[in-house]
Amino acid sequence: MAFYRSHVLVCVDPECLAKGAHDVVDALQDEFVAQGLIDEIQVLETSRIGSCSGGPEMMVYPEGIHYHGMSADDIPFLVEEHFLKGRIAERFREVVKPVVDAELGPLRPKEVRVVLRNCGQIDPNNIEDYLAIDGYQALGKALFEMTPKKVIEEVISSGLRGRGGAGFPAGRKWAITRQVNDTPKYMVCNADEGDPGAFMNRRVLEGDPHSVIEGMIIGAYAVGASYGYIYCRAEYPVAVETLNIAIKQAREFGFLGKNIFGTDFNFDLEVRVGAGAFVCGEETALMASIMGKRGEPLPRPPFPSVKGVWGKPSNNNNVETYSNIPQIITKGAAWYAGMGTERSKGTKTFAVGGNVVKPGLIEVPMGITLREIIFEVAGGIKDGRKFKAVQTGGPMGGCLTEEHLDLPLDYEALTQAGSMMGSGGLVVMDESSCMVDIARFFMDFTQAESCGKCTPCRVGTKRVLELLQKICNGQGEDGDIEVLEYLCHEISSNSLCGLGQGAPNPVLSTLKHFRREYEAHIYEKRCPSKVCRSLIRLNIQEPICTGCTVCARNCPVSAISGERRQAHHIDPATCIRCGICVQVCNFNAISVES
Amino acid sequence: MTRQLIEIPENDPLRNTGKKAIIESAIAENKDRPGAVMLVLNEVQGKIGHVSPSMQAYIARKLNVPLGQVHGVVTFYSFFKTKPRGKHTIKFCLGTACYVAGVPQLIEKAKQALNIELGETTPDGQITLEECRCVGACSQAPVVVVDDEVQGRQRPNKFPQIIKKMQGQP
Repeated sequence: MAFYRSHVLVCVDPECLAKGAHDVVDALQDEFVAQGLIDEIQVLETSRIGSCSGGPEMMVYPEGIHYHGMSADDIPFLVEEHFLKGRIAERFREVVKPVVDAELGPLRPKEVRVVLRNCGQIDPNNIEDYLAIDGYQALGKALFEMTPKKVIEEVISSGLRGRGGAGFPAGRKWAITRQVNDTPKYMVCNADEGDPGAFMNRRVLEGDPHSVIEGMIIGAYAVGASYGYIYCRAEYPVAVETLNIAIKQAREFGFLGKNIFGTDFNFDLEVRVGAGAFVCGEETALMASIMGKRGEPLPRPPFPSVKGVWGKPSNNNNVETYSNIPQIITKGAAWYAGMGTERSKGTKTFAVGGNVVKPGLIEVPMGITLREIIFEVAGGIKDGRKFKAVQTGGPMGGCLTEEHLDLPLDYEALTQAGSMMGSGGLVVMDESSCMVDIARFFMDFTQAESCGKCTPCRVGTKRVLELLQKICNGQGEDGDIEVLEYLCHEISSNSLCGLGQGAPNPVLSTLKHFRREYEAHIYEKRCPSKVCRSLIRLNIQEPICTGCTVCARNCPVSAISGERRQAHHIDPATCIRCGICVQVCNFNAISVES
Repeated sequence: MTRQLIEIPENDPLRNTGKKAIIESAIAENKDRPGAVMLVLNEVQGKIGHVSPSMQAYIARKLNVPLGQVHGVVTFYSFFKTKPRGKHTIKFCLGTACYVAGVPQLIEKAKQALNIELGETTPDGQITLEECRCVGACSQAPVVVVDDEVQGRQRPNKFPQIIKKMQGQP
């Protein structure tokens, strides 16, 4: 093995890539070759070193110096200073400690990290990092000190429930799969995290893949499975690569393959990549996709635990569920059950987005209130605006309002309030969001992603979308709301899978809590939040306009006229109200009126 | 069955030795793995950029599955394309965060600059505009993916530069 005196780790997360991390890596390689250092210094691509907000980020070991914000052009200078002259290039040094991370920063108030504990702390591409923090010890404990039945009992008494959103007790699912008298059995990991705005699983897969793999191996031992699949969506190429590296390393170390730890337990697994179909997050569709078919759901029962991949019993859990398992085995069920509420135990990860001060990834104990999450963990609403609604559970979830803010977070509580836990997307909206437009946005998504197999979902979502578009366009009529309600109830009660059953939720919940907004669109032809294009007017306020011509140059339909240094004017007949001018104006001179 | 059911068009990848070799090796590698259809298609799509009707027929024949199954899979998943795309692609993230942060305005600007609709390719075969699902870089919203490279915090007025840069590239 080659010996390097120094290692340079460059973060290649999407955020850093966006800022040119690959160029930095290439420049580093070139420069080390040019300086004859390439045999002494190794350049490695890694995930998440620091915040990424000042990216690209890189870390030099063994010194442990953290650089950021350099471009490829700065590399020759940096290499000369640091590696040839031995001086720290202060200009690029990250000195702000603790690191502020857009996705995952230092522990926020009220946060408890179980699933995310290793993310950003270890090198995901090096199994030894994971081993150093007691990785794969839980597997050893399960294999040598526990019977499969005992493992299942432990998971049942921990109270861990499926983190994909439906919340079926994980241990009970394992018990069912174990009981089925048919072999071979399969372990399936649902890594098809498709909800827009949710990226919790991506972080775990990219930052701590071994915890998921270890959880799957323990599960395989418990249910008697011999092979496993991790089904990852094609939109996460970095996660797929990280997983493949991790699986290869686990195999080399004997955690996967034949006679694991010298016992007679055999298990191996592979990654299967999707091809851009949201419905494949539904378990029967996912398994169809693994089998190389169209990802169309099947009626249940039979449940996958009885008849899944290749018609054999298949235990399906999601990324977060599996990554909880090693710690439950190591620390015991009582420790895990000590967190959360009566019915929902442990912690849950959320991707908080929308109009909050500190968006990003969080992990909180169950039972925390939405108010605590939004105002304490996420820092409250941006720009001092007023809270309006929060969408939980992604496109199949619902909008919750002020009155629900003090609900303890819990599977049942959210369902009762008309939303759901979902996989953990949390979009916070302030008064500038139009709820009809939001409902239309989600319906546009589900309509496009409906697989088309069953009529209520295929035709129903399309009709609902058309109605919502009509309302947003200012052509809503008396009676539209009632038709919407009727259609939504029909779709949710008659659809085959979770996608169709949940698709009307955003419409129903916004109708329930923001009926006034729908009525304003329909009867008063006005969008109270000034979002819906057909119902707004853009105006340049003459006293503020400096005549800089930025708006005129950017208008896609040339609707803005005016002399340089003179106030400009928008021709309402030509204007398509796209809002580009509002965005590009440096003086906030363009007002939106409804 | 030895007969090719669909006539192979003039510029089809099947008529190109290098590209045909890619298809052949994708088939050879995955032929005996269960669920081979998706594996082969993913590889062919990734390396060639599209799966034309004649390629679908070829793959179906080689894998010994009905053409209907291959075609069904190709048309079901949004990643598979049946027509060649431009040399470069610009994908617009339509995740919730990006939507709220102004991707619709970016799309408007791009359509205007290139004079094509979403899903279309410029007549010179250079640039394809596409929408895509959430890429998970929500804190960078609004996000576009230019040739698999995520570019965050975009503004409509910066857009012509991106396009100019792409057109300058071979």
